[in-house]
Amino acid sequence: MEMTEISHDINDWFSGSGPLADIVVSSRIRLARNLAGHRFLGNCSVEEKAEILDVLKSVLMSLDLGGEVFFVSVDKESDLTRSFLVERHLISRHHAMAAGPRGAVIAKNESFTAMVNEEDALRLQVLKSGCQLAACAERVDEIDDQIEEQVEYAFSPRFGYLTACPTNLGTGIRVSVMLHLPALKMTGQIEKCLAAAKDMNLAVRGLFGEGTEAASDLYQVSNQVSLGVSEKGIISDFENVIIPEITEYEKAARKQLLAKQADLLDDKISRAMALLQNAHLISSQEALFLLSHLRLGLNMHEHMGASTPAIERLCALRSSTARSGPCKLTIRTVNRLFMLTLPAHLQLNYGQTLDPTHRDALRAQIIRDALNPTS
Amino acid sequence: MQCQICNKRTATIHLTEINDGVRSEMHICEQCAAEQGLASQSQMSINELLSHLLAVQPSDEEMFGPSEKDLACPTCGFTLDRLRKEGTLGCPRDYEVFEQALLPLIERAHNGKSTHCGKVPAKAPKDTRKFVELSQLRRQLEQAVQDEDYELAASLRDKMKQVELHGAQG
Repeated sequence: MEMTEISHDINDWFSGSGPLADIVVSSRIRLARNLAGHRFLGNCSVEEKAEILDVLKSVLMSLDLGGEVFFVSVDKESDLTRSFLVERHLISRHHAMAAGPRGAVIAKNESFTAMVNEEDALRLQVLKSGCQLAACAERVDEIDDQIEEQVEYAFSPRFGYLTACPTNLGTGIRVSVMLHLPALKMTGQIEKCLAAAKDMNLAVRGLFGEGTEAASDLYQVSNQVSLGVSEKGIISDFENVIIPEITEYEKAARKQLLAKQADLLDDKISRAMALLQNAHLISSQEALFLLSHLRLGLNMHEHMGASTPAIERLCALRSSTARSGPCKLTIRTVNRLFMLTLPAHLQLNYGQTLDPTHRDALRAQIIRDALNPTS
Repeated sequence: MQCQICNKRTATIHLTEINDGVRSEMHICEQCAAEQGLASQSQMSINELLSHLLAVQPSDEEMFGPSEKDLACPTCGFTLDRLRKEGTLGCPRDYEVFEQALLPLIERAHNGKSTHCGKVPAKAPKDTRKFVELSQLRRQLEQAVQDEDYELAASLRDKMKQVELHGAQG
C-alpha cells in the first residue's frame, strides 16, 4: 500500500474525539511477546530474524482483524517512510532505526499495529482516541489470543511472558495515555505534576518535541511495572487513580487561568492565531507550540463554556482544507494541521525531500491557507 | 526518622513483622542492623544494574560473585558480561540460567515484585495455571493482611486450599 493513501489525513486516534478527549488525546496498550525456541532479537543472526519475520508475518496476515491490513517491510523502506510511520505512532523510533529483517502489520484505520522484530519478536499495539483503555485492552487481548493459537510464546510460570529486557517482563504490557496539559505548563505546575507521576512508578515523556521538551504540551504517561501486577490491575489504576488525578489538575489549572490569569490565556491564544495566520516561515517546534494554544482555547470553550475575547475570536475563526470548504475551526482541523505539518508528512505529501527552510515555508503556507479561507 | 536502637543515626531499614496476626514495625540504622545481625546481605551493585547499567561498570566478579562470572547459557551462549553491555538478554532460557543474578534487578525494575500475576497462555499446562493463580492469591492475601482485613484474608486462604486441591479455577 502507498503511504500517500493515508498521509493526507489524520488517523482516528488523533481525531480529538472520545471520553475526556479535551485532555486525554489518546489511549494505547502494547504487549511484548517472544517466540519459544528462538533467541531474543539482539542475539539473533540475520537468518533467524528473517525466519521469525516469516512466521509472524504469515500468522498476522491470516488473522481476522475486522478490517483491511497491510504489511510494511520496515528494513526495505526509505528513511522518509520510516519517519512518517514514527510520526503517526505506527512504529517506534527503535523499530525505525534497528537493523536486520523487520516489519509491521498495520490496520488501515491505524487502530492496530504489530511490530515484528522490534526489541522483542512481537509488539502488538492498539490505539484509540480519548480515554478508552478498557476497549484497547479488550482488543489487544483478543488479537493476542488469536496469535497464540498459532505460535508458542516464550512464557515461564514464575516470570510470565519472557521479554528481551527484564523491564518488560511478566504481563509484557505497557499502558500509555497521551495527555494535553497546556494549562499546567502555563501556570508553572507541570514539573510538580510530572514529578508526582514519576513517584507513582510511571514513566513520563514529552511527545512530538525535541529531546524531552514537549513543545506541543503533549505528554505520554506509561506504567513501568509489568510484573507482579495483573493487566486488569494496571488498567484499573490508570482509569481510577492516575487519569482522574492528572485530568483534575489540568482542569483546575484551566479554571485558574480563566479566573485569575485570563490576560495570560488570551495573550497566548491571540499570539498563536496571529502567528499561525501570518507567518511565512514556521518551524515544526513553533507550529506544535502555537497549535497547542488553539487546541486549548477550543476545548475550554466546548467543555467549560469559557468565553474570553480571544476564545470568542478563535471560535469565530473559519478554516478550510484542500478537501473541505470554509467551516468552523474544530479540534480535528487543529490536530490535522498538527500532524500534516510534521517533517515527514510534509515531505511525503509534497512528493520529495525538502531542506529545513523549504519545509518551514511549506508548513507556514499550509497553515496560513487553512486559517485564512478565501471564500 | 531516628534509629530506635541508638536514637542517633537516621533509620534506613524498616522491618515489619506479623506474628499471629499482630503487626509490629521497627526502624533502625544500618550500623545497628548489622550489630543485631539484621542487615540484609551485602547488596552488590547488581541492584544498581538497571538504572546504571552502562554508567557503572564493576567487574563481573564484583557484580555477580565468583561462581557466576564465567557462566554462559547452554542454549545461546549469552553471558552476564553481555547483559551488562547490551541491557537485553540472549534467549528465554537466560531467565532460568541467570535467575539468581537477575532477581535483584527484576525486583528493582518491578517495585519489589518478582512473580508473574496476570495472563497465562491458554495452551499453558494446568500446573502453570495453578502456579500463577496461587501466586495471585498469595499476593492478595499479603495485601489483605497488610490492610488488616482478616475476614478477606481467611477467605483467600480457603480459596488457596481449594486451588491446591483441585487446580486453577480458570
